[in-house]
Amino acid sequence: MSTHFEASAVVSGIGMSQVGRRLELDPWLLTTEAALEAIFDAGLTTDDIDGISTYPGAMWSTPGITGAGCDDVRSMLGLRTKWHSGGGERPGQLGAVIDAMLAVHAGLANHVLCFRTVWESTAQQYLGGRSAALNKAANGKILPFGRELDQWTAPYGIGYPSHGALRMQRYMTESGATREQFAQLALVSRANAALNPNAIHRDPMTVDDYLDSRMISDPLCLFDCDVPVDGSVAVIVSQAGTTDSSRAVSFQAIGSAAGVNESCSMMWSRTDLRPPDIDIAEIYDGFTIYAVEWIEALGLCAKFEAGALLEGGARISLNGEIPVSTNGGQLSAGRLHGFGSFHEACLQLRGEAAERQVPRTPQIAAVTSGAEQFSSALLLGAPR
Amino acid sequence: MSTHSIVNEGFLRPEPPLTPRTKEFWTSGHDGVLRIAQCDDCGQWMHPPQPVCRSCQSRSISSTAVAGTGTVFSYTVNRYQWSPTIEPPYVIAEVALDDADVVLMTALIDCEIHAVSIGMPVDVCFAISGDTFIPLFRPVTP
Repeated sequence: MSTHFEASAVVSGIGMSQVGRRLELDPWLLTTEAALEAIFDAGLTTDDIDGISTYPGAMWSTPGITGAGCDDVRSMLGLRTKWHSGGGERPGQLGAVIDAMLAVHAGLANHVLCFRTVWESTAQQYLGGRSAALNKAANGKILPFGRELDQWTAPYGIGYPSHGALRMQRYMTESGATREQFAQLALVSRANAALNPNAIHRDPMTVDDYLDSRMISDPLCLFDCDVPVDGSVAVIVSQAGTTDSSRAVSFQAIGSAAGVNESCSMMWSRTDLRPPDIDIAEIYDGFTIYAVEWIEALGLCAKFEAGALLEGGARISLNGEIPVSTNGGQLSAGRLHGFGSFHEACLQLRGEAAERQVPRTPQIAAVTSGAEQFSSALLLGAPR
Repeated sequence: MSTHSIVNEGFLRPEPPLTPRTKEFWTSGHDGVLRIAQCDDCGQWMHPPQPVCRSCQSRSISSTAVAGTGTVFSYTVNRYQWSPTIEPPYVIAEVALDDADVVLMTALIDCEIHAVSIGMPVDVCFAISGDTFIPLFRPVTP
């Protein structure tokens, strides 16, 4: 095994801004709320922060998918940084955290502020709604800039949900999994969200609610999709041993390969831990099919057996054998894009998840971000 | 290979930009033939097109004519309007070609939206948009 660089860094602090639909707040304000909370949580001050890492940073993108860049935050908070990195071509959104670990390991920085700010809900409202905001074509021509990949989808009217839907259709046909089984991801997430005061959707959901919800791209329905929100999450990645160890969450292993299965294989190759050691799974659930793919890739069940694991919902609920999306996930707590799951894993491992705290404080959490070739998987450990 | 029809759908699909890398694919339908990038040296098929073979790194890549027939690998009925000219609902599909080892993301036309299934045989046709010929597929009629 190569150098276990994961041991060099810890999560010393976490913070989350207010999160909501159409908050109509400056995304820099949301970023500030999360960043200052995380710095304070770590027992640090802005003078201590010497690195910044974010996804995707100040870049051209779909409206509201990014709320601030590295230099915005450096300048806004008066930070004196020695290293920073922002960008979209990372192994999943949490690639920003992995980069921070590398910078700490290399000695380029001691305390890196990692953040993710979204304001899709407000930005898309300004542009006439989600479909209008995401429209890739102008005057019948596909914009010749931006992601060149758009030329392969725009002539066919392929939006993001259809990508998930194609995978879901194929998966259901090959595995025999049913919509009722997929529904359990939405239902369990909603039940967990009911215990999370910061979650977006907290009303109970039934299987019939799921089955009766409108189709977005068959077989993918409304409740297979996560919820665009405004909000920001920040975490501080620090040099191990430099902050209060009773609150420091450890990194056990990371996987940063291109692909959900590849990232998980890499992660497992870097640790002696095994899938049964995972106490909670905060998995990326932009669409339910992505969550299913992560569940299988992590080894929580065998390939094509996720349907059986989800059946009835009990096994993945807070009191079940492998609780998932304990804060409500992106499906019900809102699309904080991998960082929301990371924040929740840290809360659970610190035993600070209040009403939704998983019994017998979990020792190992799996956190994943992204989907398809854009993916990362991390194993986090409770403070010792 | 066989030649395939140009269809008039009554609306224009967004026109992909023609670049040195993709021009041959997006204009291939001018003579009713679908062409896919293939390595001259090892035969590797590649889609989208690229200037080097991913298997043997040869830079000798040709657009090879294919039969234009395939089967549905996966599909979805999209209900949202993502493009100003394409009215939902419509069927998006991944089509595995019969004689080239690639899967194309495309649209199915001339089919009942609830009559699609994985493994269904389909056949290419082309819709003109500006200077481009956009490959679409429809069920093979027995």
